[in-house]
Amino acid sequence: MAERLKATKEMKRIMRRYYAQAKYAHYMGKKVAWITSGGPVEPLIAMNIIPVYPENHGAMLGASKKGGQLSEFAEGLGYSPDVCSYVKDDIASTITKESPIKGGLPQPDMLICSNNICGTVLKWYEIQARNFNVPLFIYDTPFVHTEFTEEAKEYIKEQTKEYILFLEKVMGRKFNYKKMDKVGRYSLQSMKLWKEILDTAAHKPSPMTAFDAFFHLALIVTLRGKKIVLRYYKTLLKELQERNTKNIGAVDNEKYRLLWDNLPIWFRMRWLSDKFANHQAALVADTYTQAWCGVIDYIDENDFLGTMGEAYTRIHLNVGVDQMADTIKDFIRKFDVDGLVMHSNRSCKPYSFGQYDIQNLIKDMDIPVLMIEADMTDDRKFSESQVEARIDAFMEVIKEKKRTK
Amino acid sequence: MKIENSLALFNKIASDPYDYIKTLKEKTNKKIIGSTCTYTPEEIVLAAGAHPFRISGQAQNLSAADAHIQAYGCSMVRCMLEDGLSGDLNFLDGVVFPHSCDSIQRLSDIWRLNIPSLHFDILLPVKLDSQLSQNYFAKVIKRFKSDIEEALDTSISDKDISEAIHLMNQIRTALGQLYTLRAANPALIKGADMAAIVKASMVMDKEELLVELNKLITLLSKIEKKNDARKRILISGSICSHPDIYQIIENKDAVVVWDDLCSGSRYFEGLISETENPYIAISERFTNRFVCPAKHIRADFQLDNMKRLIADHRIEAVLFIFVKFCEPFSFDYPDIKNELEKMNMPYLMVEMDQHNRIDEQLRTRIDTLLEIMQF
Repeated sequence: MAERLKATKEMKRIMRRYYAQAKYAHYMGKKVAWITSGGPVEPLIAMNIIPVYPENHGAMLGASKKGGQLSEFAEGLGYSPDVCSYVKDDIASTITKESPIKGGLPQPDMLICSNNICGTVLKWYEIQARNFNVPLFIYDTPFVHTEFTEEAKEYIKEQTKEYILFLEKVMGRKFNYKKMDKVGRYSLQSMKLWKEILDTAAHKPSPMTAFDAFFHLALIVTLRGKKIVLRYYKTLLKELQERNTKNIGAVDNEKYRLLWDNLPIWFRMRWLSDKFANHQAALVADTYTQAWCGVIDYIDENDFLGTMGEAYTRIHLNVGVDQMADTIKDFIRKFDVDGLVMHSNRSCKPYSFGQYDIQNLIKDMDIPVLMIEADMTDDRKFSESQVEARIDAFMEVIKEKKRTK
Repeated sequence: MKIENSLALFNKIASDPYDYIKTLKEKTNKKIIGSTCTYTPEEIVLAAGAHPFRISGQAQNLSAADAHIQAYGCSMVRCMLEDGLSGDLNFLDGVVFPHSCDSIQRLSDIWRLNIPSLHFDILLPVKLDSQLSQNYFAKVIKRFKSDIEEALDTSISDKDISEAIHLMNQIRTALGQLYTLRAANPALIKGADMAAIVKASMVMDKEELLVELNKLITLLSKIEKKNDARKRILISGSICSHPDIYQIIENKDAVVVWDDLCSGSRYFEGLISETENPYIAISERFTNRFVCPAKHIRADFQLDNMKRLIADHRIEAVLFIFVKFCEPFSFDYPDIKNELEKMNMPYLMVEMDQHNRIDEQLRTRIDTLLEIMQF
């Protein structure tokens, strides 16, 4: 197995610092905003507000194997066993303070919610708005089944202005357009760098796997718009390019290349990574982490505020199933993959419903598809022996296919 | 005409809506436009000379739908899809998908890719709390008008819309009158009959419906009010497709006097202004009625709305009926239930699969709630 990426250490340090700053924000006279993972964070950074991501926290709770336990706690409060575990983990952690971050997330002064990832966040942020009694802004991104209508374009553009007025009111000061210009440029550059990083995986052998991408994603999610992201991603990119020059793969003797769809199963990352690596299979790309750079073309760096709305509206989860299938086809070609692994995620209905139809739509690509039913953080919904047997059978099919090619 | 005959008509249509629609289509040659949610602006469909009807999902067993939506999809969506895939809805000319929850959103994609018919996505705003979203809402309704004009090769005049609004306002007023009459005198008709009336209203030809509703109101208005000491129950949720539930409650000296259901009061709540711009007026009704939990108007709207319903209808217990796997409704439940506890209001939450029969366990749970209330 190749060594771990050296940059990882620095990444951990940056994240530790970020959470420490967020924890002590109130002592330093700063305001904290909770924001959804696909939400427009750049105006917050321009206003010197510290963004905090309950979804990133949910991923941390999942990775630290607390998802099932916290979901169970929330279910005791009356939440359904069948709904999103990120929401339940967050609600439970708010009460119990159970968290890898000491004392849990810092309390929000405002909530910013964009429904471009799901309708669930709307309910989640309403619950927390009642709980913390803080203002809530919804950045409403009309769904793009087949077209992005003129009225939707105008609606989203006007909402950006509405959002800024909201921030000015909460903060009691004028919006900093000058800083916004800089933040917008950093954000776009970060997305471009993130894309370059993910694209290094087109090399054979791939210098990184989707598991690395899941980990390094945290920066583009939480700190995009900050200069530090650029610095870090440049270092990471350099390391990956060096690996490519030397033909160092993330998986020893990489023979098979796979694509992952949906959120990670946070509590089984290592296990899954080892499982696939034992078959000399590398998950070289995924649809999830690509979401943070899939809409670069819609952003004008000279008018970030004016164009970000369309980009936020067209993200992977806010478009029709056929467009999602087209994206998957592009990845299959670009990364030259031998198989697709779909995580049918009980917590995420908008990501999971339509996966069967995607399978039908990509039939012409002629690659095997494996579907694993699980949950992103709730380990009670994971059956190791079943998943293991399915992975083994899937890999046999792939090996056979490659042998006879 | 007797009350029994009127109720028999509504019950017949509610129990076999597809049969009614097929006959209607043969008789009138109207285009049939199915809808998947109460956010469908039926006025526009009517103005286009077509017939709007709510697809309820009649499938008892799922097989074709399983190949498209995982088992953790709600049964409402899966049953609708099953009916579409199995050919039971072949009489449809088109289907409307208003943006509401994540599941209906994906149902729209899956439907478009697998079932040939005219397809209308209405990309509604999710927030209804600002002038900006209200303006957008009106534009979305206007686009739906152009889409349906193009698809059905027709043109819709302002007069067509005004007439449709007027007709739907009369229907909503009539349904509201029926609910109010019955809330004041629950012995007038059984809860299951009331549920059948609303369900049939989403199916029937609207002109015929208005005539039948008014006939029934006239008949019921003549009946004297009886003293009714039964406990007054509110049902809350998205849809309740089990008429048996009303009977179980009535067998225990209690009665459902009002509801907060998409298959109930949410269908007729609120009237459309007949003097304003029609697109703005239609969108305002959707904002001013009790919004469904998939939309945002205020963080505490659902809690306040529940308290208001309890006060307005002198409710003594609340029965939450949720479709299993439905996220929007279930997320509001814990906070609403806490409020009910503060008010010492008895409540019970049951989760149901639409195609499941009422089992003994559910019957026992409802019985227990009602027995507790008798003390």
